[in-house]
Amino acid sequence: MDAVTDFLAMGGYAAFVWPCFAITAVVMVALLVQSLAALKSREATLRALQQAEEARPRRRRTPQAAPDSTPDTGAEVAREA
Amino acid sequence: MFNRFANPNRFLRLSRPLVPVMAWATVLLMAAGLYMTFFTAPADYQQGQSVRIMYVHVPSAWMGLFCYVGMAVAAAVGLIWRHSLADLVAKATAPIGAAFTFLSLVTGSLWGKPMWGTYWVWDARLTSMLVLLFLYLGYMALQNAFDDPERGFKASAILVLVGVINVPIIKFSVDWWNTLHQPASVIKAGGPSIHPSMLWPLLVMSLAFTTYYVWVLLLRVHAEIAASKIRALRMRQASA
Repeated sequence: MDAVTDFLAMGGYAAFVWPCFAITAVVMVALLVQSLAALKSREATLRALQQAEEARPRRRRTPQAAPDSTPDTGAEVAREA
Repeated sequence: MFNRFANPNRFLRLSRPLVPVMAWATVLLMAAGLYMTFFTAPADYQQGQSVRIMYVHVPSAWMGLFCYVGMAVAAAVGLIWRHSLADLVAKATAPIGAAFTFLSLVTGSLWGKPMWGTYWVWDARLTSMLVLLFLYLGYMALQNAFDDPERGFKASAILVLVGVINVPIIKFSVDWWNTLHQPASVIKAGGPSIHPSMLWPLLVMSLAFTTYYVWVLLLRVHAEIAASKIRALRMRQASA
């Protein structure tokens, strides 16, 4: 048991060493979890929107509307303002 | 070359398989790095066991700088070539870099107390690192201050590029000014002056931090791509 106690004591620096590793772990895990959660929720929203778009009854297209009918799933999406 | 990756869907297709690779690499490297940190790396002859703080402090500080340079390059590509994906990469990098910079400040502070006798001192290295954190926070705040994301990207890109001047100041601050912080012992002329028994754990931990960065960056860029698709779809539905 002495070996474990010695290890945890960190040569008297336990109060500085362990908080360093703890806070690093907390920050890195929190950032990861937040990033994963944001990705999941946005992908769910996107899927719902895309399904709504598919389900929408197709309106008769006037000749002017024709260029808009090309399926556009992303290429220009990011830059669309 | 950039245009090959400008299409978000192609980027998604190419980068999705990388996510589990980076996740596993991070888990394995972190496990190996922590084992080396606590069981193979020796105590320092002057600093004793407190030297183990180095194995999270130094990788955090390196990544804080690395992320800033990456963010500046991405912001410049976005600004000059109007490359939408580069803007998203810059935006996704900022919180990761800010987290690393914050960690380097906190762990440095906790290391400074037993070694220097103080948590904080306003010297060149510490102050320039704090400025780096504020640059990250300022970048994120400025970007979110615009309703039009385009204008936000443009304004914040200029802020990042002006802030690049801080990067060499941080790197050379320990040589240019008198400081409590020790000078470089790994990335310096003449090769590392740190013993391999300490250098190897440091390199493994740094690699783990790097794969973690790539992992989280990919997740965040994927989320940004989804967000811009959502914005475009909503706009189309509103105008239909």
